[in-house]
Amino acid sequence: MLNSYAVVGVYLLIALAFPFVVLYIVSFLRPSKPNPLKNSTYECGMETIGDTWVQFRAQYYLFALVFVIFDVEVVFLYPWAVAYNKLGLFALVEMAIFIGLLALALVYAWKKGILEWQ
Amino acid sequence: MLDPLILGEWWKSFLEGLGLSSGWIILINAVVVTVILLGFGLTSVLFLIWLERKLAARVQDRLGPNRLGPYGLIQTVADALKLMTKEDITPDNAERITYNLAPGLSVFAVLMLLLVIPFGPGLIGVDLNIGVLFIVAMGSIGIMAALMAGWSSNNKYALLGAFRAVAQLLSYEIPMVLAMAAPVILAGTMRMNGLAEAQGGGRWFGLVMPAMFIIYILAALAENERTPFDFLEADSEIVAGYHIEYSGLKFAWFFLGFFLNTLLLASIATTLFLGGWQGPFVKQVPILGPIYYFIKTTVIIAFFMWERATFPRLRIDQMMAFAWKVLVPMGLVLVLAAAAVAKLPVGTALQSVILFVVNVVVLLVALGAIGRHLRKEAERYKVEVRPMPTMS
Repeated sequence: MLNSYAVVGVYLLIALAFPFVVLYIVSFLRPSKPNPLKNSTYECGMETIGDTWVQFRAQYYLFALVFVIFDVEVVFLYPWAVAYNKLGLFALVEMAIFIGLLALALVYAWKKGILEWQ
Repeated sequence: MLDPLILGEWWKSFLEGLGLSSGWIILINAVVVTVILLGFGLTSVLFLIWLERKLAARVQDRLGPNRLGPYGLIQTVADALKLMTKEDITPDNAERITYNLAPGLSVFAVLMLLLVIPFGPGLIGVDLNIGVLFIVAMGSIGIMAALMAGWSSNNKYALLGAFRAVAQLLSYEIPMVLAMAAPVILAGTMRMNGLAEAQGGGRWFGLVMPAMFIIYILAALAENERTPFDFLEADSEIVAGYHIEYSGLKFAWFFLGFFLNTLLLASIATTLFLGGWQGPFVKQVPILGPIYYFIKTTVIIAFFMWERATFPRLRIDQMMAFAWKVLVPMGLVLVLAAAAVAKLPVGTALQSVILFVVNVVVLLVALGAIGRHLRKEAERYKVEVRPMPTMS
């Protein structure tokens, strides 16, 4: 088991290094002639007005919150799914209650209008 | 006979014959596995880019690349060489470190997934016992890379693209993960090879649970930023999305990540729902395993490309509503249904039939609900739904 994680470790290091090493090697092949116009922010020829990092819509934040609820559910769902064949009927009832509670959260968010994109 | 694993046995005995210690053997094996997988991933991307351009061209009644090499096969190599020699621009206002990290991370995230894809019986980088969870975890690094790229570019289009990336990729992650949980329940393991083994004898989970398979395919389309879910790079709205400021090889890295992601999402669909390398005579002739795997994966990839060339984009509110109001409830119901049916005291064949019926019923109910909603919308906006004029 540990041997297979050695492969994962080596693979992780090489896969992480690969794009950056290639970028470094290629930096000897390409020209580098920066000028202020070229380095300005792209906006179809116009100069940008105002700051980019402005307040963004709370809508995105709300979706992220709902996502967290279900993502945590997944953490519990997968171990349960693996061991499911060895567990009794109790496991089914337990997960039904758990998913039911989460479905209730989804219904609440739905009724509250969080899922409507304005 | 004709077992690709024989090569592995030969390689192992060759290494042991050199008299190396076991630590070195593990290290050399790890490097060999890495080089093979990376080589496979990169060459298949070269081919996939050509295939996408050729298929899209055929759908749109064009010829596509046809100058370099037979059927234009070398076009992608030429494009890659061109991108390598292009100047790499970092805008003055960008966050330099995050800006330069993002393209590499987006490649890294998808390269990691290659490690757990079973190409044939036993032909797998590492058969991790947490395979499916590994895929979910590594897949979400890609979302982070998109957000990093969009935020650090200091460009309004890029930032909008990044916000959309978070909204869309996060929303479709949930139905996707739910769809991937159902095969795990039926197989009782998260090992990718174990999941393929569990689908022997034609009991493909995609046939047993057609609705789950459809949920996975739709979520995969959204995760891969393909139409009708290509909001992240919607050309007509936000120009190119989060990678608008990138040029040269960094731009190429985003495209490499995109096409690797297509390959991997199709591979995961093959392994979880279409039986992976399973097929007739695979027990007697193991070399057939990789062939079945490649045929199935290519069919799914071709479907993705066909679909991208055909459909227009949805509206963003429709896209979000579809994920949260249709796919997530469907996924929750079907996961529970799969669990409940697996506990029924009847044979496996009968269980499969019952699960199939439940899936079809859920699919029909969902389609009915969507249809009713669309009719209500049409009434609200007083849009007349006229039947298509028939040719006579």
